[in-house]
Amino acid sequence: MSELLLKNVTLADNSQVDIHIKGDRIFAIGSDLSTTGEVLDCSGLMALPGFVDLHTHVREPGKENAETVLTGSRSAVRGGFTAVSAMPNTNPVADTAGVVEQVLRLGKSAGLCDVFPIGAVSAGLNGEHLAEIGAMADSAAKVRIFSDDGKCVSDPLLMRRALEYVKIFDGVIAQHAQEPRLTINAQMNEGVVASELGLTGWPSIAEESIIARDILLAETVKSRLHICHVSTKGSVELIRWAKSRGISVTAEVTPHHLILTDELVRGYDPIYKVNPPLRTNDDVVALRAGLADGTIDIVATDHAPHPAEDKDCEWASAAFGMVGLETAFGVVVTTMIRTGLMDWKRLVEVMSINPARIGGYGDQGQPLEVGAMAHITVVDPKKEWTVDKQALISRSSNTPFHGSTLTGDVIHTIYRGALVLKDQRVMGGENVSNG
Amino acid sequence: MKHLLSINDITAAEAISILDTAAQLQNLTSGTVKKLPTLRGRTVVNLFFEDSTRTRLSFDAAAKRLSADVTNFAAKGSSVSKGESLKDTAQTLQAMGADAIVIRHGASGAAKRLAESGWVSASIINAGDGTHEHPTQALLDAFTIRKHFGPTRSDFVGLKVAIVGDIVHSRVARSNVLLLKKLGADVTVIAPPTLIPYGIESWGVAHSFNLDEDLESFDVVMMLRVQLERMNEAYFPNGREYSRGYGLDEVRLGRLKAHAIVMHPGPMNRGLEISAASADSVRSVVLEQVSNGVLVRMAVLYQLLAGPDQAATGVLA
Repeated sequence: MSELLLKNVTLADNSQVDIHIKGDRIFAIGSDLSTTGEVLDCSGLMALPGFVDLHTHVREPGKENAETVLTGSRSAVRGGFTAVSAMPNTNPVADTAGVVEQVLRLGKSAGLCDVFPIGAVSAGLNGEHLAEIGAMADSAAKVRIFSDDGKCVSDPLLMRRALEYVKIFDGVIAQHAQEPRLTINAQMNEGVVASELGLTGWPSIAEESIIARDILLAETVKSRLHICHVSTKGSVELIRWAKSRGISVTAEVTPHHLILTDELVRGYDPIYKVNPPLRTNDDVVALRAGLADGTIDIVATDHAPHPAEDKDCEWASAAFGMVGLETAFGVVVTTMIRTGLMDWKRLVEVMSINPARIGGYGDQGQPLEVGAMAHITVVDPKKEWTVDKQALISRSSNTPFHGSTLTGDVIHTIYRGALVLKDQRVMGGENVSNG
Repeated sequence: MKHLLSINDITAAEAISILDTAAQLQNLTSGTVKKLPTLRGRTVVNLFFEDSTRTRLSFDAAAKRLSADVTNFAAKGSSVSKGESLKDTAQTLQAMGADAIVIRHGASGAAKRLAESGWVSASIINAGDGTHEHPTQALLDAFTIRKHFGPTRSDFVGLKVAIVGDIVHSRVARSNVLLLKKLGADVTVIAPPTLIPYGIESWGVAHSFNLDEDLESFDVVMMLRVQLERMNEAYFPNGREYSRGYGLDEVRLGRLKAHAIVMHPGPMNRGLEISAASADSVRSVVLEQVSNGVLVRMAVLYQLLAGPDQAATGVLA
C-alpha cells in the first residue's frame, strides 16, 4: 500500500500537523508522524480538502482541439481540483446515458481527478423536450446535476417539469439564467461602456428575470435549483431573498466575475468576451459580499477553453469564454482572503465542501479527518505569481489573467491518496500535446 | 497620427488641422486639374466587409485624386464568404503591399482590432465599424458645418446641433457626438426612448424624446437614417408613426431658424426620417456633404501617409 506523509502542514484552522496517507485514505493526523513512503516537507504550506468544480467545459467529445477530458483533468489538478463537473454542451450533447458514460469513462481512464458528467436538461439543448434525465441518473455516471448551460432553459413549462422530474433521485437543475429575447446578439454588459463601444448590451435584467422566475418555480414544486455563474448585484439580492424564504436554491460565482469589469472591453480584445459578460464594479462588490455572507454558495470556474483562432478575430466573431481552472484559487485568495472578506474556513466551504454537497459527490468535499478519502490540495497561501498563458496546462490559453499577479497558488494535489500534482508538476498524462 | 480609428484618438487641434488640410486641397483641386501627385507609388486598399457604395466610392476618389494606387476588396463573393478570417484577409492585403487599409466592417471594434492586434503594419482608417464609429463622416460633417458657420473658425462654441433618429445603432451619431463636443458645440440627441443609448447621461449631451420642443433653437439639424426593419425588433410601431414623431417634414422644416442647415449622412429614406421637400430644400446640404467627403478623406489619407513633417506644417507639396 502506497504511503505519503505531509510534514508540518498548516490546516484551515491554522493548526500545524503531519498528515499520513496510506492507500487512498488519511491514516493519521498528528505530530512527529513517520512513514516508510514519500515525505513532503510542507512547511509554510496549507492542506485543504481537494477543490471541487461544479462548472467545467472539458469539450470532449467534439472539440478536442480546445480541451479533452485528459487535458482538462491535468489542468484541474494543476489548479488543485480533485473533482470537476463536465458540462453537457459537447458534440454530441451529453443528453443520453451513452454520452455521460463515455465522459465518465474518459475521466476514469485519465485517472487524475473525478470527472462527474452533468446531463442536459433538454434533448440536444434545444429547450423543447426533456432529455433522458432518468436514464442518465440511472447510468454508471449516476448524474445528479442537469443543465443546458450555454443556453437558458427559458421555457417556463419545461423548467418547471425539469425541476419536478429530478425529485425522483434528489437531482438539481443548474440554470444558465439568460432570457434569450432580452439578449439577442448580446455582446457585453449593457452599460455605459457598451453604449460607447457600440456593442449590443446584455442587460442584468435578462439574468435577474430568469432567476426571479426560477426561484418561484423551485418554491412551488419544492425542488432544488442551482444558479450558474451569478453575475449581477440584483441576482445576489434575489437569491438572498429566496434563501430567507427557505427556498432550496444554491448559487455559484466565477473567479473572473469576482475581479474583472466591463471596462476591460474597451480595447475590443475578445479575451474578455465571456457569457455572462463582465459587469461593473458595483456588481463585483455585491458578488464578493454575497460569496462572503453565504448568499452565494460556491466558486465555480466556468472553465471554457477555446482554440486560439476563436479569439484571434474581431469581437463579434469571437467565442464566449475563459479558461479558469488553474487561476481560480489565486483569484479567490486575491479577491476574498487578502481583502479580509473571507477566512480559510469559508474558502474551503466555497471551493470544496459546498460544491461536493450540491453535486452529491460522495467522498469529495470531506473534512481532512482520519479515515476520510485522501483528496487534498496543498497550497502556498502567500505565494505571489504572475500568470503566463504559455505556461498553462490546459490545451487552450484563453486566460484573461495573462500578466496579472495573483496571491496564492497550488503546490501539490492528492487524489485518492495519489500525488497527482507534485511541486506544481502534473504526475500523469504528460504525453499529450499541449498546443 | 498612424491610424484613424475613433474620434477619441484625435485632439480638437488635430481635427481642425484635418479640416484646414481639406480646405487647402479644395483650393488646389478646384480647377480643371483635379489630381495631385502627393501619394504617387503608395497603395490604399478599400477593404469593405459591408456593402457601402457611397463610402467606398468616396475613399476611392480621395485616394485617386492624390495619385495613390487603389485596390478595392469587397467581401461578398470573395474568399471571405468562404470563411476566411479578418486576420488572414488583412495579412494577404498587407503582403500585396498595402500602405493604408480603409476598412468598413459590420463588427464594432474591427478597425481597432486590425490596428492593434499586430496582424498588419499598414495605417488603418475606420470607414465605419458596426454600431461604433465612422470618424471620417464626422469630420466631413464638421467641414460642412464650418463652411456654413465660419470657414476659418477653430471651434463650434455657440453652435446648437440636433442629431435626430436611431442614435443607438448609429456610428455616425457616435462619431459626431464626440467630435462636435470636442469642438465645443452644444449637442442634443433626439429620438424615441427605445433608440436612445443606455447611459446617455454620461455622453455629455442633452437628450430629448420630442423633436418639436426646441426646433427653433438649432443651427444644425442632422437627420439619421432609420432602418425600417427596426420595427420588427419593437423599437417603434411602424414607419408612419416614426415619421410623424421624428421625421423632418415641411412643417418642421418651416420652423427652423433662417440660417439653419439640414444634414443627412445618406442614403436617405425619403418619406421616413426626411420628407422629399426637406431633402431637396435650400437648407439641405446633403450633396455638399458628399463632395466634402472626398476632400476630408483626401486630407486624412494625406495626413496619415504623406509623412509627419508635411502634415504638421499643413504644406502641400
